Amino acid sequence: MRTISVEDVTAAVRRLCMDACTILGDDVIALLEVALLNEVSTIGREILERIIQNSRIAAEEKIPLCQDTGMAVVFVEIGQDVHVKGGALDEAIHEGVRQGYRDGNLRKSVLHPITRINTGDNTPAVIHTEFVPGDRFKITLAPKGFGSENMSRVMMFPPSAGIEGVKDFIVQRVEESGGNPCPPIVVGVGLGGTFEKAAILAKKALLRPLGTQNPDPDLDSLEKELLERINRLGIGPMGLGGRTTALAVHVNTYPTHIASFPCAVNIQCHSCRHQEVEL
Amino acid sequence: MKSEPKRIIAPLEEALVRELRAGDVVSLSGTLLTGRDAAHKRMTDLLASGKPLPFSIEGEVIYYVGPTPAPPGRPIGAAGPTTSYRMDAYAPLLMEHGLKGMIGKGARSEAVKQAMIKCGVVYFAAIGGAGALISQSVKEAQVLAWEELGPEAVRRLVVEDLPLIVATDSQGGDLYITGRQQYKI
Repeated sequence: MRTISVEDVTAAVRRLCMDACTILGDDVIALLEVALLNEVSTIGREILERIIQNSRIAAEEKIPLCQDTGMAVVFVEIGQDVHVKGGALDEAIHEGVRQGYRDGNLRKSVLHPITRINTGDNTPAVIHTEFVPGDRFKITLAPKGFGSENMSRVMMFPPSAGIEGVKDFIVQRVEESGGNPCPPIVVGVGLGGTFEKAAILAKKALLRPLGTQNPDPDLDSLEKELLERINRLGIGPMGLGGRTTALAVHVNTYPTHIASFPCAVNIQCHSCRHQEVEL
Repeated sequence: MKSEPKRIIAPLEEALVRELRAGDVVSLSGTLLTGRDAAHKRMTDLLASGKPLPFSIEGEVIYYVGPTPAPPGRPIGAAGPTTSYRMDAYAPLLMEHGLKGMIGKGARSEAVKQAMIKCGVVYFAAIGGAGALISQSVKEAQVLAWEELGPEAVRRLVVEDLPLIVATDSQGGDLYITGRQQYKI
């Protein structure tokens, strides 16, 4: 049995908030640079150049990449042989978010859905906990901006829609979103499970490093087909026209019920931010 | 080939607004107002009930932004645009009261475009997600009204060489439509 203190969890989450909002992953920058070489629209290239330049300024000057520093989505993998001591794990994570958003000068964007009264400290985080064998303890933090989150959808298709109906839905979702989610986007897709499982699969798909292949060859070819169709839409960087609408499409699946074909599309802007740490 | 930006100054003259065309790359200097969802609701509630605003919007450009808190020694934090369609319900009334420009990201509704043609207003796209880069163009920021709204308070910004693209012009030109058509395969 390994013991981890809540203070260490809080300190780790605080750091992850600040890093995730200012440091864009090398995987994202690499694909933006490829897009810059391939983009045919002049305005599109200018936008991509400035997005890359933005990531340099953010990292060097510790200014957030985007003013929407998001709602903190936290994935925790807890080994069955780990004991968290000193308090409640969820509260330790919320405290880390509170400190990270305060100390990192990040925007507090979280409020009550009906009264619209801001909680003032960007808490609560949205926490997804998963138990795994062994004694590892891993935290992944993804600040999710809502320009792109608002463009996301879950659709419970009848089985008769089939994969072709689902593909059309995914492409159409991107088409209707246009410039709103800050293209070039990353498209996370969850197929199967239940209503909420599909959404979590889609969200988790956004965490896979860009430029990596789906280990399932059928899903790999599905991802490539969807990416090609999306980049033929002409939406382009920031929706002002071009061939770079998405950097990647990532698909996760889970078995589902005989009566349904759930499909979740979680759209992520080019600021595909996430940081992780193992304690 | 990089297009040389047109240098323009805000507040805007209607004659200049009428010359700008969708697809023009511009570099904007001068003063702007900021406002997003909550501030727009307050502004239009006041105007609709015949009350004055606590600041003038005549000739002004409004930037849809909710910046991050300013770090020590800087006027503002990250300051990129938010998505504009959420302001579509409020924008036409502001144009009737003299607003001349809007800065945001994403396409506008038909009603907004019609009001832009009627009132002589231009809509600029700023680069979404380029909050750190854009913050370098902001030289001063001061809260003008509704400080309690936090990031949504109305601020006056002094900007230098803010990089923008004319997305929708006052003649009905819309790069969100024509740009997409041009590159669709």
